[in-house]
Amino acid sequence: MNKVAKLTMTYREAIREAIRDAMQKDERVFLMGEDVGRYGGCFNVSEGMLEEFGEERIIDTPLSESGFTGCGIGAALGGMRPIVEIMTVNFSLLAADQIINTAAILLYMSGGQFNVPVVIRMATGGGKQLAAQHSRSLEGWYAHIPGLKILTPATIEDARSMLWHALEDPDPVLIFENSTLYNYKGTLPENGAAFDIRTAKVRREGRDVSILTYGIGLHKSLEASEKLAEEGIEAEVVDLRVLRPLDNETIFSSVVKTGRAVIVDEGWKSGGISAEISTRVTEELFYELDCPVERICGEEVPAPYAKHLEQASLPNAQSIVKTVKKMGGIYG
Amino acid sequence: MGKFVMPSLGSEMIDAKLVQWFIQPGDKVNKGDIIGEIDTEKGLIDIEIFEEGIVTELIAKEGETIPVGSIMAIINGADEKTKVEVIETKQQEPNGEKELPKKNGKLKHPHKEDNKESTVKVKASPLARRVAEDLGVDLTKVGGSGPAGTIHRKDVEAFAELKKADETFEKELEMADHLSAADKKSMRHSIAAAMSRSNQEIPHYYLEIDIDMKRALDWLQETNNKRPVNERLMPAMLLIKTVANALAEVPELNGFWTDEAMHIEEGIHIGFAISLRQGGLVIPAILNADRKSLDEIRSEFVDMVTRAREGHLRSREVSSATITLTSLGERGAQKVYGVIYPPQVALIGFGKIMERPHAVEGMIGIRPVLSTVLAGDHRATDGHTGSRFLEKINEQLQHPEAL
Amino acid sequence: MTTKKKTTTPVKNTTSVDKQKKLYLLHQMMRIRQMEEEAYELYTQEKIRGFLHLYDGEEAVAVGVIENLKEEDSIIATYREHGHALVRGVSMKSIMAEMYGKAEGCSGGRGGSMHLYDKKTNFLGGSAIVANGLPMAVGVAFAYKRLKEEKVACCFFGEGAVDEGEFHESLNLASLWELPVLFVCENNLYSMGMPFQLAEAETDLVEKADGYKIEGTTVDGMDVMAVLEAAGNAVNYIREQKKPYFLECQTYRYRAHSMFDPERYRSKQEVEEWKKRDPIKTFADKLKQEELLTEEEFKKLSENVAEEVEASVQFAEEGTKEPVENLTRYVYSDQ
Repeated sequence: MNKVAKLTMTYREAIREAIRDAMQKDERVFLMGEDVGRYGGCFNVSEGMLEEFGEERIIDTPLSESGFTGCGIGAALGGMRPIVEIMTVNFSLLAADQIINTAAILLYMSGGQFNVPVVIRMATGGGKQLAAQHSRSLEGWYAHIPGLKILTPATIEDARSMLWHALEDPDPVLIFENSTLYNYKGTLPENGAAFDIRTAKVRREGRDVSILTYGIGLHKSLEASEKLAEEGIEAEVVDLRVLRPLDNETIFSSVVKTGRAVIVDEGWKSGGISAEISTRVTEELFYELDCPVERICGEEVPAPYAKHLEQASLPNAQSIVKTVKKMGGIYG
Repeated sequence: MGKFVMPSLGSEMIDAKLVQWFIQPGDKVNKGDIIGEIDTEKGLIDIEIFEEGIVTELIAKEGETIPVGSIMAIINGADEKTKVEVIETKQQEPNGEKELPKKNGKLKHPHKEDNKESTVKVKASPLARRVAEDLGVDLTKVGGSGPAGTIHRKDVEAFAELKKADETFEKELEMADHLSAADKKSMRHSIAAAMSRSNQEIPHYYLEIDIDMKRALDWLQETNNKRPVNERLMPAMLLIKTVANALAEVPELNGFWTDEAMHIEEGIHIGFAISLRQGGLVIPAILNADRKSLDEIRSEFVDMVTRAREGHLRSREVSSATITLTSLGERGAQKVYGVIYPPQVALIGFGKIMERPHAVEGMIGIRPVLSTVLAGDHRATDGHTGSRFLEKINEQLQHPEAL
Repeated sequence: MTTKKKTTTPVKNTTSVDKQKKLYLLHQMMRIRQMEEEAYELYTQEKIRGFLHLYDGEEAVAVGVIENLKEEDSIIATYREHGHALVRGVSMKSIMAEMYGKAEGCSGGRGGSMHLYDKKTNFLGGSAIVANGLPMAVGVAFAYKRLKEEKVACCFFGEGAVDEGEFHESLNLASLWELPVLFVCENNLYSMGMPFQLAEAETDLVEKADGYKIEGTTVDGMDVMAVLEAAGNAVNYIREQKKPYFLECQTYRYRAHSMFDPERYRSKQEVEEWKKRDPIKTFADKLKQEELLTEEEFKKLSENVAEEVEASVQFAEEGTKEPVENLTRYVYSDQ
């Protein structure tokens, strides 16, 4: 990594580099999932890796989400460092038993004897006209589960750096890659890959309102904040990065600074991560709030196919701008 | 026993509708407290009280339209003091050790939640409540800028600022007392009544001058380029400052015609007309503008314009001007011949700055020209004084850097 | 094509197993039985709470299979796993303490009866989701193979697990990737109240395994010597062929599924019939027949076990409560 100065790459390439790097660093690491080998990965993330690392370490699995996810868990117990790729979060429901009934709770149920160092990656999110069964954002739903760690890389440096931290973690880590970000291009900062997997990051400083978001929401929020700046509203954009455990400290210090909080999440409001964050902010910072917490979330419908309907169901820069502008006391 | 009457807040104001009382019988009020909100033709305006005492009766009902000068409430002065003390002690007990900021040794501001007797429900953000507690601001007196009048942090902070400015103003007025023949209270309350007579009674004279604004505008642009967007200067601010400075040199135009005599005021308070979106004008004043820097004038100006449009000007701000300035800005006509607001004795009208042929040192050039018209009260001054005044304005605008 | 052994494996070779070992097998079965009888009583006294799934009648399976495993092999079991944990070497004291919810329990009081864990003996629980342990066993075996460790992952499950998708996914993966997994199906004929015959289109489970090209056999799970031998063959096969193996042990539980179960789904007569084939009684009788055991010795053995059980109860009674301050400990490794 030392030779890397400034590199422009896509999110996809950053993840690929992260996997490659991990495979090179640690013999125990292997990648397992549907079509990760010959096909090159459903989203082309692992293209070329079969040739590079061989069938022993890049393992194409049958369509057995529960089977191979459980296999990854077992392999982690047996001393390996598996990266399990589930094509999309939608299919992870077939493996929910293994993730929730085993990975998340084994350490606790065994009184601290068996930790599960497995990393499970999956694509998440909508916006590509794939309709209801392929467009969910369930990362917040997984963040409900004690015992799991939930990562949501939104930037090139996080796509590049989070995986290794996840593999070093003794406990199960789920990484949610928003599928609309795979082609997103960015620059890997010099000495990038230096973030931990505990903290949120302020991606844009501002004094008037804190936009708390993650994943694709970060990009929409940054776009919105530029528009807001033209109207004299300076938004602070906080990239949550980790949905569990949430970095209260960073969230709270931003909201204390601005007195206003908006949560942008493509997931649904009801019982979602946005509800959780809102509640924490209200519980802890009630007397710091200059107006009610706002949420801009996915409409509570199964994702529709038609483009205009789907777009109407998702947050966008305009809806963020609109919401922020009507927050009490935001001007002046 | 004092009577609180519907204040006159502008020349055109005949009456106003009481929207809301912020007080109720039994409340203690202090000089400067906002006690209610009225709906005028210019929008919602907070009304403040000028004496200290206990509210004994609210005569005006919410929703009622009350003529200027009619009694709205009865305020009992000194004899109820003991009762106040009792309330004070009561309210301090549950608060225990908690230090609440004291303002001039007055009653600690009560927590609305604690004050069961109060029926005034204040809509304020939690942060506004906390800041109000820190700054010792009574939220019932603060106008809210948010949806449905919700009070936000900035409202509380602005209120606290204003309160501070008011206190300073009171001191300034006291200092100027010996010069002013106008009774302060009657001054405020007589404006409207006098205004209705203005056109008939004031013998207006008008003087005009065309001012070359090239230097002033160039200087403005140069200065603004070095400033962040939100700190940029506007021509109107420059004009306020210029008028104030000119008045310092020609004080004859600064003051009031009362009791058939001219009374020159020491404080130079420039009233400036703000046209409201809903129509009409309000004329708040920048106090002691001659002693303020351009930046101070800028920030007060911005603040007042914002609050004027939100309907949150305080009555004192719209009744203290010693002269009025009206500026048409970029829109409007070339010249404005104004009507003096009595008991003031002058009104200075700035037209639109226009590119026009103008002779400079013997050469005709196209220059930005500002047509300036002084309306003077012939009983108080004459054209000679007026000309000197206009010339002082012109001189300053040719040397904007000195401002 | 694998050769199928659909019939019950006949016990050929009991005499080749020495006396000491036979007495050991009997002792192990008695330990399970007597520990659980005590647990049952303690449950009625509210000393033990939650679910309590007893293994009465099925002891020969755990004892016969686990006897063939090496220390370094691992066991993945179900919620009816007291017996497996005990014969694996988890102390009766720590099992009893766990059922009591005490800090000295083998899961620190966080698991209870259904979730016994012990890292020292590679006992990986204790899962109470039917078929949930199978993918894990596949993964553990995957790691063994990849790390070139000559170990076996032994997975116990009931015949109800066969109905679950995870069973099929796991058998397929284990066979496809040639993993050292011993799948032990403890077919006690009822998944809770659902009779085996009514749940399966194909009741020949070895046939199912064969569908995944996994070698398998069916054995009389009431006969410890039969299980011992069949499991021995299975483990040898796995170690030599480096492939998984499927072993169906036909057995029966005498008691209810859990504690609060009116057992409407089967007749008392049926239970009595099966009791005649009780693995402990029949094996003890056989040993007596073979003059390897006297009635006194049997009683003495039973008394020894009773003492062990009593000691374990005392240990559990005297155990300490995990401090509530530790409630959130072990949610994550750094807590």
